[in-house]
Amino acid sequence: MPRRSDLHKVLVIGSGPIIIGQAAEFDYAGTQACQALREEGLEVVLVNSNPATIMTDAEIADRVYIEPLTVEQLESVIAKERPQGILAGLGGQVGLNLAVALADAGVLRRYGVEVLGTPLQGVRQAEDRELFKATMQRIGEPVPESRIVRSLAEGQAFAAAIGLPLIVRPAYTLGGTGGGFAHTEKELEEVLLRGLRHSPIGQCLLERSISGWKEIEYEVMRDGRGNAITVCNMENFDPVGVHTGDSIVVAPSQTLSDRDYQRLRRASLHIIEALGVQGGCNVQLALDPESDAYQVIEVNPRVSRSSALASKATGYPIAKVAAKIAVGLGLDEIRNPVTGSTFAFFEPSLDYVVLKIPRWPFDKFRTADRMLGTQMKATGEVMAIDRTFNGALHKAIRSLDAGLDGCALPGLERRETAELLADLVPGDDRRLFVLCEALRRGIGTTELHRRTRIDPWFLGHLERLVDLERQALQAGGSLLGDLEALRRMKEAGLSDRRLGVLSGQGEDAVRRARLEAGLRPVYKMVDTCAAEFEAATPYFYSCYDQEDEVRPSARPRIVVLGSGPIRIGQGIEFDYGSVHAVWGLREAGYEAVIINNNPETVSTDWSTADRLYFEPLTFEDVMAVVERERPLGVIAQFGGQTAINLTGPLARAGVPILGTSAAGVDAAEDRAVFDALLERLGIPRPSGGSATSLEEARAVAERIGFPVLVRPSYVLGGRAMEICYTPQDLEEYVQSAVLVAQEHPILVDRYLGGREVEVDAVSDGASVLIAGILEHVERAGVHSGDSIAVYPPQHLSAEAVATIERYTLEMARALDVRGLMNVQYVLDPDGAERPGAGVHVLEVNPRSSRTVPFLTKVTGVPLTRVATQVILGTDLRAQGYPSPVNRPPDPGYVAVKMPVFSWSKLHGVDTALGPEMKSTGEVMGVGPTMAAALAKGFASCGLGLPAEGTRALVMVADRDKAEALPLLAKLSELGLRFLATRGTRELLASVGIEAELALKLHEGAPNCLDAIRDGSVGLVVNTLTRGRRAERDGFRVRRVAAELGVPCLTSLDTLAALIMAVADQRQQSGGPPSAWALGEYGRQGGEVR
Amino acid sequence: MTYPLVGNYGTLGAEEESRRPWVRGFVVREVCARPSHWGGRGDLDAYLRERGVPGLSGVDTRALTRHLRRFGTVRGVLASGEAGAERIAALREQARAWQPGDLVGEVTTREVLELGRGTPHVVLVDYGSKANIARTLLEMGAGVTVVPASWSAEEILALEPDGVLLSNGPGDPRQVRGGAETVRRLLETGLPIFGICLGHQLLGLALGGRTEKMLFGHRGVNHPVMDLRSGRGVITTQNHGYALVADSLDPSTVEVTHANLNDGTVEGLRHRWFPASSVQYHPEACPGPEDSRRLFADFLELCRQRRAGALVAR
Repeated sequence: MPRRSDLHKVLVIGSGPIIIGQAAEFDYAGTQACQALREEGLEVVLVNSNPATIMTDAEIADRVYIEPLTVEQLESVIAKERPQGILAGLGGQVGLNLAVALADAGVLRRYGVEVLGTPLQGVRQAEDRELFKATMQRIGEPVPESRIVRSLAEGQAFAAAIGLPLIVRPAYTLGGTGGGFAHTEKELEEVLLRGLRHSPIGQCLLERSISGWKEIEYEVMRDGRGNAITVCNMENFDPVGVHTGDSIVVAPSQTLSDRDYQRLRRASLHIIEALGVQGGCNVQLALDPESDAYQVIEVNPRVSRSSALASKATGYPIAKVAAKIAVGLGLDEIRNPVTGSTFAFFEPSLDYVVLKIPRWPFDKFRTADRMLGTQMKATGEVMAIDRTFNGALHKAIRSLDAGLDGCALPGLERRETAELLADLVPGDDRRLFVLCEALRRGIGTTELHRRTRIDPWFLGHLERLVDLERQALQAGGSLLGDLEALRRMKEAGLSDRRLGVLSGQGEDAVRRARLEAGLRPVYKMVDTCAAEFEAATPYFYSCYDQEDEVRPSARPRIVVLGSGPIRIGQGIEFDYGSVHAVWGLREAGYEAVIINNNPETVSTDWSTADRLYFEPLTFEDVMAVVERERPLGVIAQFGGQTAINLTGPLARAGVPILGTSAAGVDAAEDRAVFDALLERLGIPRPSGGSATSLEEARAVAERIGFPVLVRPSYVLGGRAMEICYTPQDLEEYVQSAVLVAQEHPILVDRYLGGREVEVDAVSDGASVLIAGILEHVERAGVHSGDSIAVYPPQHLSAEAVATIERYTLEMARALDVRGLMNVQYVLDPDGAERPGAGVHVLEVNPRSSRTVPFLTKVTGVPLTRVATQVILGTDLRAQGYPSPVNRPPDPGYVAVKMPVFSWSKLHGVDTALGPEMKSTGEVMGVGPTMAAALAKGFASCGLGLPAEGTRALVMVADRDKAEALPLLAKLSELGLRFLATRGTRELLASVGIEAELALKLHEGAPNCLDAIRDGSVGLVVNTLTRGRRAERDGFRVRRVAAELGVPCLTSLDTLAALIMAVADQRQQSGGPPSAWALGEYGRQGGEVR
Repeated sequence: MTYPLVGNYGTLGAEEESRRPWVRGFVVREVCARPSHWGGRGDLDAYLRERGVPGLSGVDTRALTRHLRRFGTVRGVLASGEAGAERIAALREQARAWQPGDLVGEVTTREVLELGRGTPHVVLVDYGSKANIARTLLEMGAGVTVVPASWSAEEILALEPDGVLLSNGPGDPRQVRGGAETVRRLLETGLPIFGICLGHQLLGLALGGRTEKMLFGHRGVNHPVMDLRSGRGVITTQNHGYALVADSLDPSTVEVTHANLNDGTVEGLRHRWFPASSVQYHPEACPGPEDSRRLFADFLELCRQRRAGALVAR
């Protein structure tokens, strides 16, 4: 059956911004899908609101719309493009939900658009808890006893009937949002109410808890003809009870017998047959560790995080094959691109161990609840491949880039044993390390299994690695001469650095001894077939085994360092940079070699680079690849801070760093060196100093004047960065929040509460290409990654622009930047009239940045490609940029980049914006005016625009009252009604605006929390108030709003932007939203409003 | 074994497929010393020791697999470093000169085994049968009599079977004494016949076909096979080094029903008039996918019809 000839144009829905539970995997899947459809000769139209993705590059689809993923918006795109089919299963839960909504709204019928892939009927059967349960019962697959409930009373009745504990699973939510375990009546009330609120259809499943069973996943595929296969199965290290996205996962399963494996495989295929799946599907099952019994947990009829992992674990391109199935091809007609000679209809076989560890954001969110449960909390993940379990485990730990060089977490050795054991259940993100620490103290695997239900097979491996560590510790210096012991330890994945610590000899000595003994890793190929067929996949992993399979060609080659797992502050934008660098190198005729360990990404698709090494990004692991490949050099500037941190060690080992030198990187990062450089150039930065005591801090603050921005030079718990307005604030910060000591001073800088601006540029050391200047909506004090950024700037004087250009050029020259640089500036509000317009430098990063993809898309300047050519030696002039400062003229449209947060997933995290970054992703809005662009941005980021009559709860700090008043008056004009705390209410009354009184928490009930809880509040405006009780109350208000999904603004600047967007929307009300494809910006045709 | 970690769940009594392992040696990357499974009886090392099968661990089995892929099936010697170069060289010569001999004769049952008295009655000719073939038939309600490979058609017919199942087995089908001839005689009686693996090759030979040795055969639990009549595929378990040559089968009497998706080799056939069919792969799974269990039901249905006198050769 060839592909369907009635299809010519297909609309692909992306997954939107990165949030917890939905990360880069859908960029990988969507990019593959678009490429696969174009291979079949189809015209591809893509809609995705996330500009940081590869999939939204102009080259990936025929037409790319970076627009909100809403029904109204999609209708506009469909009306304009008139596709015959829509592919939603590659856009994650967002894509599927949108397809369902489009069908329900009648849009698909109206425009004659067919849903491709798994039919919506099957999607509903899988996603709707009640339908799913009924379907499973009909086909005889076991599901845990459960009941669908729509109210607390129904839930309580069920609990009374079957007893606690129960699991609460909200319908149609992502990553288990809003769900959790209920062990007590009180927990049931709390979790169930939250779950009902989070479910878009107000429905939850209450389910008998089977926690402790083995959790197994099958990635299965089925074509339209009924051919079905298993791509991969995976076993969770953590038994049922921990969300699979928060579980350590191994592939293939390790403790299942053939009978177990086949029983679950048969169930999975049985289920996708019943659902009529056409494409990829994920089936999660629980297996009783003490019998043949199993239960079906859930089914995701789409590509997923797990399918991305399975694709990387096996080499089998699930998304690509799913896209081809959706347009009518059979599994037996699609070639297996790995071998080129076999077909997609086969089941990969593995001859290695794959291990995934989630990357949690708790290093950034120190107050967050770290407990793992049914709701996912990780922002990203790493994957490692090896021939041994412990080898893969160690590589994965190193890949986390959490400063760990082995299976030991500093600090745990000081904890009491009883405390450690208590921490195992329910576990948090440190459980793996707690287990190892317990084993070190001689607590046996039997005891640990009894407590955690983790399979003894896994615990046995941990025990072995603890044993090996003990041997290394006992051997001390003699380890270096014991080749056999050293080999055993390297086979088990112990790093040189860890062995250096254990033996007391240091990393360098271990490394030297190892290399002298000829003990080096070899590289093996991931080939989908365990070497059965000839394969040419350029996809390798290291191991300490016998045969090496890498055959480098004679062509010159360059290594590109990737950016590792997605985490707060280092998102998908850096994968975008790595991928473009690779493409740039290949275009220029070089072989591009990439090293990365994030299974979600496009960079680790083995078809991206000439060779992919799936490895940790540490000195040892990177050096091993470099020694094997012998490249011309290494490019680090696209891989974010992870890669940049390697420039020093690599350069010292004699590895050429291409682009900005390690010295240049150092000069930008070392505060003293950088200060001296700015002084020499006469470029101002906010004055400041360091302090090792409260007295010193006071002295610095008095010298430079309040408010001051304070932060520790070394973070160890507590708050990290804060603005202090008064000496009291400063005193409190120093005393309560941070460890101040001689070796860990705090930095005190003058806080200029002005406008922030940032620049992304390419430099060849002599001149610069500035793609654009971005102006931030929120004033300094809010992290740039959490600010709304506007292009082109709306409020900069010509003098300010000229100064920014001049400073950028001067710093590029002084640091000898070769490639990308990002500069953050702040404008002193009191300096506007002075020469230089008050422009101060905050920081320079001689590397790719978060905003590079956004600016590339809105300006059309291919920053990463230009930078890659500069790195290869083609200067800017030769690339058509002849001036010292090159900057495209400001366009006739406006684009905004808006942050997206994952508040509801992170209990205990304050949602107030501040100097520490908190957002997980971003969206883009574009329009003829800033207001129009903002309206799109708000629609995309999930905040939405409040409708007339919306009740807003306002609690404004005294400090902000004067500034807030005109904004609130404007909100009132726009038809919002107010509920306000006493002071704010008086403020409103002073200009004749009525507001209902909202009691503060200590003033009685019902208070402002109740108002949010009863669902009558559609917007919360809450600015930070000082003082213990006020802080605590504000925090609770913000958290309740977050838990219940009520938009909450903590910056008046954001509020002003929202008002601008609402006012614009009211003016335009009526017509459908505009739909602009990439490349149409500024060419405002008839359909643009 | 290509998978580097072997023995993770230990040995499970219920999953024995033969009365003893027939391999002469067992080579793995890493053997699991502490298996974990609720039904586990012991570890791999002990299992092999008890049965006198030498094992070798610490070998880069992927490198070995790549070697076999390049050079095809080769003879090998298991030796430890203590053996010394001279001894190893001598063993290598010995391995080179080794002739397989009567492999089927070695592994077939010595006596007739009557397993259950259900209907229909199936005679299972044991060329080296995996236990799950009989297990599956019994589960489906059939009565099974297992007979030695050397039995003649007359001896088999004397048991009054409703159908005959030709089992899997080792080696070259042409070396099976009396094999093809016995099958030919059985065919003529119009009895339902179903062949698996070696049994399939014997049926092919009996129908005038020819077999050839493959470079390294099909081995594993992930081989795609297309059912040429339905156009649907199945994932199958395979373990064979010989295959029927498609061109050698007379299309007017024999229909090729299944083909390997990757290399097009014959994976199943059916006689156009007689109720005889066979597959090259292992519908009994163990290990591997159970997707083809239906084939046993189809065969038993024919046996039932035969018993009821309703089955007439077309």
